[in-house]
Amino acid sequence: MNILICIKQVPGTSQVEIDEKTGTLKRDGVAAKMNPFDLYALETALRLKERTSAALTVLTMGPPQCEKVVREAFMMGVDSGVILSDRAFGGADVLMTSYTLSEGARRAGPFDLIICGKQTTDGDTAQVGAELAEWLGIPHVVNVKAIGEIDERAITVTVDLPDSEVTERIPFPCLMTVEKGIFEPRLPSYRRKLATADREITWLALADLNDSDPKHYGLNGSPTQVKRIFPPESHIERITLEGSPAEQAAALAKLLEERKFLQ
Amino acid sequence: MASIKINQSKVTDPESLIALCPFGAIESKNGKIEINAGCRMCRMCIRKGGGVFELVEDAAPGVDKSKWRGIAVVAEIDEDGSLHPVALELLGKARELAAKINHPVTALVIGSGTQPAAERLLAYGADEVHVYDDPALRHFRIEPYANALEDFINLTHPSSVLVGGTMNGRSLAPRVAARFRTGLTADCTVLDMSANTDLDQIRPAYGGNIMAHINTPRHRPQFATVRYKIFPIPPKDEPHGRIIAHTLAPERLTSLIEVIERRRKSAEKGIEECEVLVVCGRGVKKSEDISLLEELATLLGGRVASTRAVVEAGWLDAKRQIGLSGRTVKPKLIITCGVSGAIQFVAGMSGSELIVAINTDPNASIFKVAHVGIVGDIYQVIPELIEKIKRLKG
Repeated sequence: MNILICIKQVPGTSQVEIDEKTGTLKRDGVAAKMNPFDLYALETALRLKERTSAALTVLTMGPPQCEKVVREAFMMGVDSGVILSDRAFGGADVLMTSYTLSEGARRAGPFDLIICGKQTTDGDTAQVGAELAEWLGIPHVVNVKAIGEIDERAITVTVDLPDSEVTERIPFPCLMTVEKGIFEPRLPSYRRKLATADREITWLALADLNDSDPKHYGLNGSPTQVKRIFPPESHIERITLEGSPAEQAAALAKLLEERKFLQ
Repeated sequence: MASIKINQSKVTDPESLIALCPFGAIESKNGKIEINAGCRMCRMCIRKGGGVFELVEDAAPGVDKSKWRGIAVVAEIDEDGSLHPVALELLGKARELAAKINHPVTALVIGSGTQPAAERLLAYGADEVHVYDDPALRHFRIEPYANALEDFINLTHPSSVLVGGTMNGRSLAPRVAARFRTGLTADCTVLDMSANTDLDQIRPAYGGNIMAHINTPRHRPQFATVRYKIFPIPPKDEPHGRIIAHTLAPERLTSLIEVIERRRKSAEKGIEECEVLVVCGRGVKKSEDISLLEELATLLGGRVASTRAVVEAGWLDAKRQIGLSGRTVKPKLIITCGVSGAIQFVAGMSGSELIVAINTDPNASIFKVAHVGIVGDIYQVIPELIEKIKRLKG
């Protein structure tokens, strides 16, 4: 069985701010790291490998530096890695990111199962998984919180919905996105770091893909365009309650009484 | 479509150009400035690069926008046929947007026993309600639901499609947006309409304190998802629209996914339904101290909700989490206790009618959205507050 895990390198902090004077983005301390939600996808794949001896491949798209997260996946126990990196892939929105990943998956596959994290911490859209499944023409399921039986043909999973839990059997090939906390992710191992230091990674550029028309990728192919970015508006009207804690509490209690919250 | 052209002859200080990009996507290779795959098209380099970076707008024509008319709302019903209220919120917004460009408002209901929901959508001002009603559609399954939405779009050619950001909506919308090779903007917090029918979509971006204004200028339909309780429910109207029934061929109603078991969770009142919320933030030092907030919440007839950090610490269930990755709430009163006010949290509660913030840090960003601010220690203020409320209530 072949399992593909999609991972992404994201900024180390989610607190990117706009400098209001210059209008530029502040980039203090934005060392890149593996998207934390992807660790759960990796751990899910590693657990399945223990049960089925599946071969695990990670796929990522990004600038050359993203090799680091592929190496980290090796240190956790993943067998091989594929990186999609090309100037033509830059500026991709959800549609183009998922399309590029689908072309990479076709090139590196076929895969029985694709596992994605719930969302990334930078884009925060939680939509690439479902779009990737559509491009590949395979069923998908999101919010997987537990894994049941697995055999050569299908996997049984439990999906977490707001008011119910659904256990479903999905035939391969299929894609699933897993919830944070499905399993506790293992730490990268130093022993594996040494063992995999020289492991080759497959690098795919535009020319390596079946569809190598640059118009179909990145910014060129993205239907959505960011018109502008700006800092969020802050609230203007506000009062501050001063004094000792007892005075502050008394003022608030009075205000809540006036607004009829104490009835 | 657009791309960034680099005028190498204007490059004088490569280091300062490389430093411009917040995503590290500008690099120097063999003395040439290049943009790598890290580019997010934030256009910072175009504005600040002194002419080195130039935006080249591709003149390639997009779709004929005049052939795509109407604002469509995908309305979700549960297995008992009851309508998710986010559909009414979206319908209100859709009417407002449609009025600006003189387009009709349509709603789509997929399920089994759709009649009551369809009539409700008419009462809230839909011009047309399109229904796909079949026992096979009683439960959400991705393939038949995607097929129904695809069929609806092919029949009605809506300019914009608004989908509630529920779990099912967030699975369905991307699947069908990809099928139509079009754009999808997730979790919009502001929507407006341009005269040329481009939907102006604004959402928090890059996971930080930044809002992004996003357009889909050359593709139709334009997909946007919006979380529950972002927009208000509009007033009821005299129904004037009509219900139009559609059917799907049997093979388009099937799914490869086999449901083995469905378990209902206990029907606990969600934090979205509460009129009063007391929010536990990182200023609460240990999990036992939440009982103090529970006491305050009970006195006010409300419940305790939380920030992401508190849920991640395992102190409270994820169902209590407010914010972009949790629930969006709009209570009449919200008291945040030791909450710093990250944008992801604020996005989930800024619609609350009265926001009270208690935090020791006078610079905490929560005070920017709070109507009533108390700079103070929750361990001192809240016991006093509980005592004073008890006294006032007699």
